[in-house]
Amino acid sequence: MLWYLFKRILQLIPVFLGATLLVYFLVFMLPGDPLAALCGEKGCTPGVAAALTEKYHLDDPFLVQYVNYLGGLFTGDLGVNFSGREIGSILENAFPVTARLAIEALVFEGIFGVIFGLYAGLKRGKLFDSTVLVISLIVIAIPIFVLAFMLQFFVGVRLGLAKPTVSGTAGWGELILPAVVLGLVSFAYVLRLTRTSVAENANADYVRTATAKGLTRGRVIRVHILRNSMIPVATFLGADLGALMGGAVVTEGIFNVPGIGSQLYKALTLGDAPTVVSIVSIMVLIFCVANLLVDLLYAWLDPRIRYA
Amino acid sequence: MTEQTSHPLLDIKNLGITFSTSTGDVEAVKESSFSVMPGETVAIVGESGSGKSTSALAAIGLLPSNGRISGGQIFFDGKDITHIDESEKVKLRGNQIGMVPQDPMSNLNPVWKIGFQVKETLKANGLPSSDKDVSRVLEQAGLPDADRRARQYPHEFSGGMRQRALIAIGLSCQPRLLIADEPTSALDVTVQRTILDHLEGMTQDLGTAVLLITHDLGLAAERARKVVVMYKGRVVEAGPALDLLRNPQHPYTKKLVDSAPSLASRRIQVARETGQETDELLAERPKTEIQASLQHDFVQIENLSKVFKLRGAWGKSEQFTAVDDVSFTIPRGTTTAVVGESGSGKSTIARMLLGLESITRGRISFDGRDIAGLKGREMFTFRRRVQPIFQDPYGSLDPMYNIFRTIEEPMRVHKVGSKAEREKKVKSLLDQVQLPQSMMARYPNELSGGQRQRVAIARALALNPDLVVCDEAVSALDVLVQAQILNLLAELQSELGLTYLFITHDLAVVRQIADRVCVMEKGKMVETGSTDAVFEDPQTEYTQKLLAAIPGAGLMIPPEAA
Repeated sequence: MLWYLFKRILQLIPVFLGATLLVYFLVFMLPGDPLAALCGEKGCTPGVAAALTEKYHLDDPFLVQYVNYLGGLFTGDLGVNFSGREIGSILENAFPVTARLAIEALVFEGIFGVIFGLYAGLKRGKLFDSTVLVISLIVIAIPIFVLAFMLQFFVGVRLGLAKPTVSGTAGWGELILPAVVLGLVSFAYVLRLTRTSVAENANADYVRTATAKGLTRGRVIRVHILRNSMIPVATFLGADLGALMGGAVVTEGIFNVPGIGSQLYKALTLGDAPTVVSIVSIMVLIFCVANLLVDLLYAWLDPRIRYA
Repeated sequence: MTEQTSHPLLDIKNLGITFSTSTGDVEAVKESSFSVMPGETVAIVGESGSGKSTSALAAIGLLPSNGRISGGQIFFDGKDITHIDESEKVKLRGNQIGMVPQDPMSNLNPVWKIGFQVKETLKANGLPSSDKDVSRVLEQAGLPDADRRARQYPHEFSGGMRQRALIAIGLSCQPRLLIADEPTSALDVTVQRTILDHLEGMTQDLGTAVLLITHDLGLAAERARKVVVMYKGRVVEAGPALDLLRNPQHPYTKKLVDSAPSLASRRIQVARETGQETDELLAERPKTEIQASLQHDFVQIENLSKVFKLRGAWGKSEQFTAVDDVSFTIPRGTTTAVVGESGSGKSTIARMLLGLESITRGRISFDGRDIAGLKGREMFTFRRRVQPIFQDPYGSLDPMYNIFRTIEEPMRVHKVGSKAEREKKVKSLLDQVQLPQSMMARYPNELSGGQRQRVAIARALALNPDLVVCDEAVSALDVLVQAQILNLLAELQSELGLTYLFITHDLAVVRQIADRVCVMEKGKMVETGSTDAVFEDPQTEYTQKLLAAIPGAGLMIPPEAA
């Protein structure tokens, strides 16, 4: 087990290097002179330009710049962006907001997806099952920003149940509506996955045996059907974290949430390369670690899986 | 006669069970009646689909969701339990009626420890459920080292051990009736015997009545006082076990007695001992000794070994010897059987002979050529001459191919004949395996297990092979179908001069079809010889154990002895 963990952590290194190198290269290749963006419309004097070039190592070859950047990353120095703000402090403010948003979305899709899916799976072919299936299809089919605007308008503006946009502090309560939007598509997938899995396990031989042992129906469902059905769902939720981070860019934009997603969007439109690279690198890292955790969770859920 | 013994524990009266399917209602059980007295063992015998399991499962309300009791009544201990509600059924299950299910592989929840699964049974039925109680229950079911075993997961158990765990669960609450649904049909004969012996001992000690469901008449007769025969949803015959075997009344029971391999093989042997009917019985089998003497050593296996590398901890690899220095020959036109328990390496030999597995040491020569040296074109020709028939007729046919395409495919791959010729050949093959030609357009899921195995045989014969390797080719089939397929294989052998290598764990089958036997144990060949010699005078203890474990072998069955 420890050996497996060690191997998996080793695997993170090439994935992380590859991903950052790729992103760094893409941003490097973007058209436009970083100095022009820095100095604004007036332009810099040659002396200032030379100083800035010197300061930011802009004349160094690509690989040298990349290695410098990595060096900074590992010593905790993310550098400054073009407007002179510390990237580190930008992330420090934005990251907790997105973390709250993502956690709420995961909890929403996980809990409601599993509950609805379990019920639909047990009552397969009945009215509840078919209704839920149709609704989940609609949710999957409609683009997320359409759903976002619809919910923002009806829940936020018409009914006034929630604030249509989020304040600067972005507390837990304010983030519920954006989190529901963010988790909505995954909710539909979790529901369908749980439903199929439950319907299959409910007919398994060991479930019949459990019933024959004299267990109550409730216990059979909780202990023998639900637990076994969670295995594919756990895998999905791990992989889904990536989709959540991508979705956060759109959702945060619509609800004006001051999180990582909106910072990334802002940086992209401004061509702010250092910020883009930093945010994407962190997202890659989070995604890798989350998937490792899911694999470990997987082994815990299904004891037949042993890593060596 | 006291009150207790005079009224039955389980009394099923005119039971009807109906399944609603996409094509309408199907009545799986019709007007069936039988009863079980307290402490008595009753066996229900029948082929799959005869309604035997369904009737028993109805008694504890475990019918599949599309099934319902459509008529009749079920009494348990004098009380009508036909339509009681779920909460009352829960009370009945476990401590009144226990169950030991059929397949030990799929009946334990893979994600919970064995101890947990025993413990929740005790808890649900209000019995003390400490770790000690769990160990005690497992120990009583014959599981050694129960403390440690209780902390393991099902996948760490062998099939036999899992079945013991399931028996422990079924009997843990000391039910008054135990429904044992084919409790050992998924196990090797030797394991089967020890498990059944143990089950019998335990239920006798506890005074538990047992309703044993089986397709094996020999096993039923050996284990039960009373046998109920079911056929197509009806009880066709019932009575004391030995009477029923010696003097079957219903035509189906007669057929069942005749084709039960364990009993048939015993009869051949007995007949030979008493010097009666020997020639007649032998004439039914394709004795090809004359041919055999002409062509020896069609297949020669010399010092064959197979070593598998297993992945161990910290990236180390361990070696596992599946086949260890095995030598034997297969003369042309004869049937050689390789027998052994699962894990004895018999299937690995078949896979090596088919060229599906590399050879670690030793050599296999086929018609004088070492098969390890075959490349490209030669391998292609070799594959044409050696064809397999596998165990699982459900898994070995492509569900997306219709029967015509399934049988035609090998000919197309090997570019045999034109399209019209191939179609003619498929038709004649279907005739040979006694399937109607109209079946060509059908798909595997529309066929029964026996029909599928016939298709698999037709496919194997499509290329006019010289050697057919049958890997447990009849183990998944009911006794009657098994007998038909074995007869078919024997007929084809005498017609086409085929050579068979039979891989099987079932000695009764060997007795019926093989000329020579090789007995394997843990990768080594422990005994070899002609079938007659091995059966009449087994040399090793292992072979004796295998022979003694055939269900019904110990019964005094011949009518003249009765």
